[in-house]
Amino acid sequence: MKPLQDRIAQHVRDLPRSGIRDFFELVVGRDDVISLGVGEPDFCSPWHIREAAIFSLEKGQTSYTSNLGLLSLRQEIAKYVEGLFRVSYDPAGEILVTVGVSEALDLVFRALLNPGEEVIYHEPCYVSYNPSIVLAYGKPVTIQTKVEDNFVLRASDVEAAITDKTRIILLNFPTNPTGAVEPVEELEKIAALAIKHDLIVVTDEIYCELLYGGSDGMSPGEHTSIASFPGMRERTVLLHGFSKAFAMTGFRLGYACAPTILTEAMMKIHQYSMLCAPMMSQQAAIEALKNGAPEVERMRRSYAQRRNLMLKRFAEMGLPCFSPGGAFYMFPDIRKYGLTSKEFALRLLEEESVAVVPGSAFGQAGEGSVRACYATAYEKIEIAMDRMAALVKRLG
Amino acid sequence: MDALLELLQNDARLSTSRLADRLGRTEAEVAAMIADLQAKGAILGYHAVVDPERAGQRHVSALIEVKLTPERDGGFDRLAQRIARFDQVTSCYLMSGGYDLAVLVEGEDLREVARFVSEKLSTLDGVLSTATHFQLKVYKQSGFIAGEARVDERLAVSP
Repeated sequence: MKPLQDRIAQHVRDLPRSGIRDFFELVVGRDDVISLGVGEPDFCSPWHIREAAIFSLEKGQTSYTSNLGLLSLRQEIAKYVEGLFRVSYDPAGEILVTVGVSEALDLVFRALLNPGEEVIYHEPCYVSYNPSIVLAYGKPVTIQTKVEDNFVLRASDVEAAITDKTRIILLNFPTNPTGAVEPVEELEKIAALAIKHDLIVVTDEIYCELLYGGSDGMSPGEHTSIASFPGMRERTVLLHGFSKAFAMTGFRLGYACAPTILTEAMMKIHQYSMLCAPMMSQQAAIEALKNGAPEVERMRRSYAQRRNLMLKRFAEMGLPCFSPGGAFYMFPDIRKYGLTSKEFALRLLEEESVAVVPGSAFGQAGEGSVRACYATAYEKIEIAMDRMAALVKRLG
Repeated sequence: MDALLELLQNDARLSTSRLADRLGRTEAEVAAMIADLQAKGAILGYHAVVDPERAGQRHVSALIEVKLTPERDGGFDRLAQRIARFDQVTSCYLMSGGYDLAVLVEGEDLREVARFVSEKLSTLDGVLSTATHFQLKVYKQSGFIAGEARVDERLAVSP
């Protein structure tokens, strides 16, 4: 018999393991570790949302739903999206409810890419972008954004990366892992490029409710979606979900909004692979959209306070850090210590029992930084900052 | 100001320096804001939220519905304030609906509370009637669920 590893498809074999996964294995089972390595809220889903899920189970709503998702949910999504992004989508055929934004990403690449076609996106970025594109036989084309430029994606860099194989520009603002927010002027230029070169824009706006406006970061910022620019709605796939703002990661629920033909193409794959998102999660999501806004804002304010705390402590310990406009991550610059991001993260873990994620897990442009998530209890952040300051002091 | 109050309402033990860190302000600014809130009576006080059962305290607590005769000048205020000043009264609210005042009373045992109601409260001029409801068990108090410690079950590292 052929060795089992030889049975694995070549492109899957070639796929590197997630740097996050590697790091996770080092941390797992160590009780003394304070983890700033998470990528999810520390809040439980608000009770009224959990209660709606329980009620759905009590009523025996345990069936499949429409492939697109419950119509009542899609209607709520349409209202919410129109309010937040100022773009309107028809619930009947332009919204697809998915198992998290991750599934939606997978669907959009599989639906739109022919083998070898290129997707341009910005690094440092979410760990799934590259594999999702590769698994769809597409070709990832990355643009390295820089801390010196506030991790802004420059339209000129996008233009330079465009070839006759380019099909998609993939955006993620606010960005995981940097917390960067794209300036509107630059976003407009990227939109113009998409129109000029007839490209599709896929925009992952999962963190868009978590913005920190004003000098103290306490006021809700203003989110602008590229989908709202003239001529963009018809070429944009807008991805959003419930995990971050509503603290519903475990419900696994996201959605894609796009013109009918694109939605239909994604739905084709979704109906054969996933069939539909879980019914109880969809019922919970309806409640989230109808009544969740005050809780979202309360959580946002809490993140804003922790962001302030971390920014201040980094400044005090002399660790340069970009001031993030959104999400719940800090991406401090550790280059001056002469360590790679992995070495720094390992030493922090081994010597001070604090887990952060090496920036290199988020692509080449992440090297030289580490990701520290502030969606964790204040008290833990305070201890983690003390420990981090101790390491930084030793490193000089 | 709202964010400061929210923090303090959740944990009044936070030092001005910690509050300053979270609010992105200086310690002096925060101290001035708190002083202002106290001066204008927006912050009435600070205390620990105790579950007497778990603390092993001898403790009885009751909600008393009180009906009053309103006075010609001042309505319920004068009498309500008089009731509120008793040490046994922990909270006192004017209510809409079937009675006028909701008076929360605490004591070491049933007798102490009963004595307060029969000797102090119901003998006051203007008090028409009282109905005493003893509290049997605490499920949630001042925003805190009794007996519940939150455990962080998230993966230590995730994307």
